[in-house]
Amino acid sequence: MSTAEHHVADHAHDDHDHGPAKGIMRWLTTTNHKDIGTMYLVFALIMFLTGGTMALVIRAELFQPGLQLVEPAFFNQMTTMHALIMVFGAVMPATVGLANWMIPMMVGAPDMALPRMNNWSFWILPVAFTLLLSTLLMPGGAPAAGWTMYPPLVQQTGDAFPFMVFSIHLMGASSIMGAINIIVTIMNMRAPGMTLLKMPLFVWTWLITAYLLIAVMPVLAGGVTMLLTDQYFGTTFFRADGGGDPVMFQHIFWFFGHPEVYIMILPAFGIISEIIPTFSRKPLFGYESMVYATASIAFLSFIVWAHHMFTVGMPLAGELFFMFSTMLIAVPTGVKVFNWISTMWRGAMTFETPMLFSIAFVILFTIGGFSGLMLAIAPADFQYHDSYFVVAHFHYVLVPGAVFAIMAGVYYWLPKWTGHMYSEKLGKLHFWISTISVNVLFFPQHFLGLAGMPRRIPDYNTQFADFNMISSIGAFVFGFSQLLFVYIIWRCVKGGEPATAEVWESPAGLEWTVPSPAPYHTFDVAPEVK
Amino acid sequence: MSHSKWKRLWLGLLGTGLGLGLAAPAMADWALNMPRGATAISNEVYDLHMLILGICCLIAIVVFGVMIVSIFLHRKSRGVEPAQFHHSTKAEIIWTVIPILILVGMAVPAAETLVRMEDTRNADITVKVTGYQWKWRYDYLDDDIGFYSTLDRASNAARRLNSGIQPAGVDNYLLDVDNPLVVPVGAKVRLLITAADVLHAWWMPDFAIKKDAIPGFVNEAWFRVEKAGTYRGQCAELCGRDHGFMPVVVIAKDPADYAEWMADQRSAAGLGDEPGEALAATPVAATSVAAAAPAVDGEREIDDLVAMGEALYQQHCAACHQADGSGMAPAFPALAGSPVVTGSLDEHVGVVLKGRPGTAMAPFGPQLTDLQLAAIVTYQRNAWGNDTGDVVQPGYIAAAR
Amino acid sequence: MTLAKEGTSYYVPHGSRWPITGAVALFLMMGGVSTWLNGSGAAKWIALLGLVALIYMLVGWFSDVIGESEGGMYSAQVDRSFRMGMSWFIFSEVMFFAAFFGALFYARQLALPWLGGDGAGFFSNLLLWENFEASWPSNGPAGVGGEFQSMGPLGLPLINTIILLTSGVTITVAHHALKDDKRNVLALFLFLTLALGFLFVGLQAYEYIHAYHDLNLTLESGIYGSTFFMLTGFHGLHVTIGAIMLTVIWFRCLKGHFTPNHHFGFEAVAWYWHFVDVVWLGLYIFVYWL
Ligand code: HEA
Ligand code: HEA
Ligand code: HEC
Ligand code: CUA
Ligand SMILES: [Cu+2]
Repeated sequence: MSTAEHHVADHAHDDHDHGPAKGIMRWLTTTNHKDIGTMYLVFALIMFLTGGTMALVIRAELFQPGLQLVEPAFFNQMTTMHALIMVFGAVMPATVGLANWMIPMMVGAPDMALPRMNNWSFWILPVAFTLLLSTLLMPGGAPAAGWTMYPPLVQQTGDAFPFMVFSIHLMGASSIMGAINIIVTIMNMRAPGMTLLKMPLFVWTWLITAYLLIAVMPVLAGGVTMLLTDQYFGTTFFRADGGGDPVMFQHIFWFFGHPEVYIMILPAFGIISEIIPTFSRKPLFGYESMVYATASIAFLSFIVWAHHMFTVGMPLAGELFFMFSTMLIAVPTGVKVFNWISTMWRGAMTFETPMLFSIAFVILFTIGGFSGLMLAIAPADFQYHDSYFVVAHFHYVLVPGAVFAIMAGVYYWLPKWTGHMYSEKLGKLHFWISTISVNVLFFPQHFLGLAGMPRRIPDYNTQFADFNMISSIGAFVFGFSQLLFVYIIWRCVKGGEPATAEVWESPAGLEWTVPSPAPYHTFDVAPEVK
Repeated sequence: MSHSKWKRLWLGLLGTGLGLGLAAPAMADWALNMPRGATAISNEVYDLHMLILGICCLIAIVVFGVMIVSIFLHRKSRGVEPAQFHHSTKAEIIWTVIPILILVGMAVPAAETLVRMEDTRNADITVKVTGYQWKWRYDYLDDDIGFYSTLDRASNAARRLNSGIQPAGVDNYLLDVDNPLVVPVGAKVRLLITAADVLHAWWMPDFAIKKDAIPGFVNEAWFRVEKAGTYRGQCAELCGRDHGFMPVVVIAKDPADYAEWMADQRSAAGLGDEPGEALAATPVAATSVAAAAPAVDGEREIDDLVAMGEALYQQHCAACHQADGSGMAPAFPALAGSPVVTGSLDEHVGVVLKGRPGTAMAPFGPQLTDLQLAAIVTYQRNAWGNDTGDVVQPGYIAAAR
Repeated sequence: MTLAKEGTSYYVPHGSRWPITGAVALFLMMGGVSTWLNGSGAAKWIALLGLVALIYMLVGWFSDVIGESEGGMYSAQVDRSFRMGMSWFIFSEVMFFAAFFGALFYARQLALPWLGGDGAGFFSNLLLWENFEASWPSNGPAGVGGEFQSMGPLGLPLINTIILLTSGVTITVAHHALKDDKRNVLALFLFLTLALGFLFVGLQAYEYIHAYHDLNLTLESGIYGSTFFMLTGFHGLHVTIGAIMLTVIWFRCLKGHFTPNHHFGFEAVAWYWHFVDVVWLGLYIFVYWL
């Protein structure tokens, strides 16, 4: 009945002689932040491959004009599931995984503040995604109304409908619990001397991200609940005949959705802010302004949501407000970019794989940021909206943005986790193939969008044929090069050159003061931070 | 990495940059860029787009330039000692203020254009645009005519999965319709955009208009075309299975040609020369389909009905129930052998007239005439082995309404 | 017997099987309800099984926590973690309600007036909803759900307001009694609080019956019915949960749990109760009154 819960008294003291439990139960019942972090990361990787496979279906169908492989209905299911899986299943859990692994180590805490809840928030995810993925086999297929789930179209979903709604609820619950845990860990578990303004930037960005999560996930939950009651219980939130408005859902969704994109990118900013100083051998430039910039981005993210809705017919004043507020986000983001470059300036750089990914991140994310700024200009957005220009924008910030940052982080901390060095040669190879192919994949989509190709279509006019073909080729190269990533990680877990405690040349941060691999329980005695 | 490798990378980057720069003037004809379009507004939008694109490129050159210089110079392999500076309030202020100024410079022209775009007053012509799954309907509110606009047959045949027809061989593949929207050059046309079932969006790149069609609400947009010609666009809001197959085509005619066209339409619809009261009249179904079906009275032969019904079926129903009535399980039921279609006539006519609420099956009562509906129902009850032999007359539909 | 010393040690529980039990329970529950909604009656038993498993999990998990707490394993730092965790949980609940309040404001202030022809809605009204005049309460231009009467602020709602406000006072009295170590006052006032809570739920149920039977006000009464029942319904659900939690800590008080300076469990419930109270005030003002 009771395993360890009823151990009496002071656990922390005999913690270090407990290794992990054995077998499957270790993973099912663990309360250890490193175990849970690992599970999050593995789960995210599996979801990345799953969502990526769906993207490959999309790209394969779009390889040529005409329908060759899938029916339009299935195509829409692929688009929808691809996005839901990538956003909620791959990128978010990956950053939560990194947070689990690194934050306690970075602030000098023995573990996460609420370890059992930590386990729960992880295990809810496989449940949510099992429910979501099972809809692929149901009558009517998976949800196909886009990841934005706009009514009334979403109400034409078949049996998948309630599964979609409840899996979103579960993802939300998991995120909220994860976020609470992170906030509490950061606010309450810091080692003596670790003042807020001494925390590594990754910790800061996650702290702010966690606030965003708690503020917006419940709103999404409310929105999909309304969808559910509109569907089954006769409410009319989103029906004009009953006095509601379909556009109201869009407001609710984007009140969540816009902060959501920063939820995906802020931790990425944090990772990059750890890596660039290490390989520039120079402290991060403008630490405090980085913190303030992050906070400003988070604040602004609450008042820009309707830039996704410029075409719904908002009153002019609304359009102007959302246009101006959106443009403002370029300022704090610019501060971050400039600070990264100033950190590199007059440093002594080396270019190991994490650094390469970080440099690519800075350049390619900024390109995505620029296209974002263009989208923010409402009159021009009337042309860009719902075209492949938007698809190009958000993949630039998400793939060579968030995903590259996550990969950079994985390479950066992998030796700390496993105690082995990964193969630098293969890492560089992975980097170069990925970076070249990701541009082949997404850059032409700008042209497609400007030339008038709408998004979410399975077939197109022949004028779009060339760039679609190039893009699809890029997609397959990029996709399969990720198998190399999996292989590199696998090999590093299995063995390789032993890593030192510092791993890199004098990196900053508490995580580098413990041996590699980091012991199962890190700080039995809180380290003193000066 | 060795020195020479880096040099090569550098040169490569430079080369690509130059190449792109040189290619820029050619962009317009190669459909790399946004079209200038055919209205004053679309030209303004194009200029705005080029302005922000240009500014972004300039900033990019500066920012990436500094970064690349740094990557080149400040490398450990060159034996540099890292500096240790780590903040400068002055620098932070500079790179906060300069972007703000740049943004203000972009915001002002953008706001001006936006204000002009939203000014729908004083229109010469008003057309109500309604999005359906998956077609458009245009109602000329001042002239009492209206019609549906669906994907043309050639594209529709070619776009089926494994149709065996090469899209390259189809003119304006997926961008052609049976009945385009026709407007006069030089007139201010106001669009009143709405939808009947789910969200759609009416997008015409050449006019810089993209406006969502929302069931239960009406959105406004306007344009004034300068040049006669045919303009093509698409539905831009995901609206289900055939979202990719509901193009928007507008033909701008010289005023005289337009007047002639309108007169033809009105006489085909059985209307006189005098336009009705603006906005007051309820638009009726008319046009090419109606033209083939003059006023209804009396009984029809089954063969006539079936022939007419087949054409109408292909136009209005085949998107979901498929050309051969086989449907697409489970979302769209097969009509061949369907208990409804082979069973009670009342129920069958009821479904077609009133639709099935909450499903994609829309009410076709408001969309089609009695005769058209009679033809479709008759066709369905006698096609694909549904050999019921039933004949439905327009009068029956009228009674069932 | 607080062995754990501040700052040097933190109670990190070893493995626990409750979370995974909870995950499985949620799987059964959500999968069951979904299948049920899709028309398979038998699936409701799966959902029920899930619910039972969830309750089993909650009971088990909380007994562990209570046991650990009473066993003195929680240092002041752990206590702080719980406090912070609870406050942020409540904040997330606030945001959940915010979504529904937002829907109410949006529908009343924007969507309905547009349908009635205000501002940008001129053509919506003219072409689609001629003759519709926006007013509140409304079930929309199509009069969805038929004629109904709205729920006024007087009568039951007012009584309910008084009940909840009073319960806010009684729980504060109970809290002070706990701090002053007056166990009898504590038990009495805590009991009063939970009794008031259940009374509120009962009256709310009565109000719903009244709405359905006498006013023809249902969940399907257009946007008014939707917002009215969803807001008050979720609030009622939260009151119910709060009242159950009050019951639990009442029994714990009877068993002698909590000390004057170590009673996070009590405070957590009290915070939750105040949150429910504040939401009700918002409801009373915006749903019943204005
Ligand atoms: C990680 C995710 C992420 C990030 C970080 C961003 C960042 C930004 N996004 Fe993006 N966006 C998405 C993910 C993201 N976006 C997604 C997923 C969608 C589509 C959703 C859907 O419809 O499915 C979307 C859609 C989207 C739209 C709606 C488009 C449409 O549908 O019509 C808009 C419009 O304003 C927009 C704007 C912006 C802006 C202004 C930023 C800014 O934050 C960018 C700021 C950065 C820079 C500007 C570069 C660096 C700055 C400098 C170097 C300083 C100097 C610069 C200047 C002064 C110009 N985004
Ligand atoms: C974080 C988010 C994220 C990520 C990482 C990606 C990654 C990718 N995305 Fe996606 N995408 C979105 C978020 C994301 N996307 C969103 C939000 C939308 C909008 C959806 C909507 O409209 O509603 C979208 C839409 C979208 C579209 C538009 C679809 C449409 O409008 O119809 C396209 C088309 O090209 C696309 C492509 C890709 C590709 C090629 C990748 C690649 O980067 C993927 C690369 C990875 C792989 C290919 C995996 C490798 C796997 C293998 C090689 C197989 C091995 C298998 C086993 C071992 C089992 N995405
Ligand atoms: C947008 C897609 C769509 C179009 C176009 C469409 N239908 Fe349907 N139709 C449906 C769907 C979905 C159903 C099933 C509704 C349900 O689940 O009850 C259906 C059901 C029916 C049925 C009842 C069949 C049965 O066995 O229950 C008939 C008859 C029918 N449609 C006739 C027509 C006719 C006639 C037309 C054209 C004038 C048409 N449909 C156009 C989607 C469509
Ligand atoms: Cu109609 Cu998309
Ligand atoms: Cu956004």
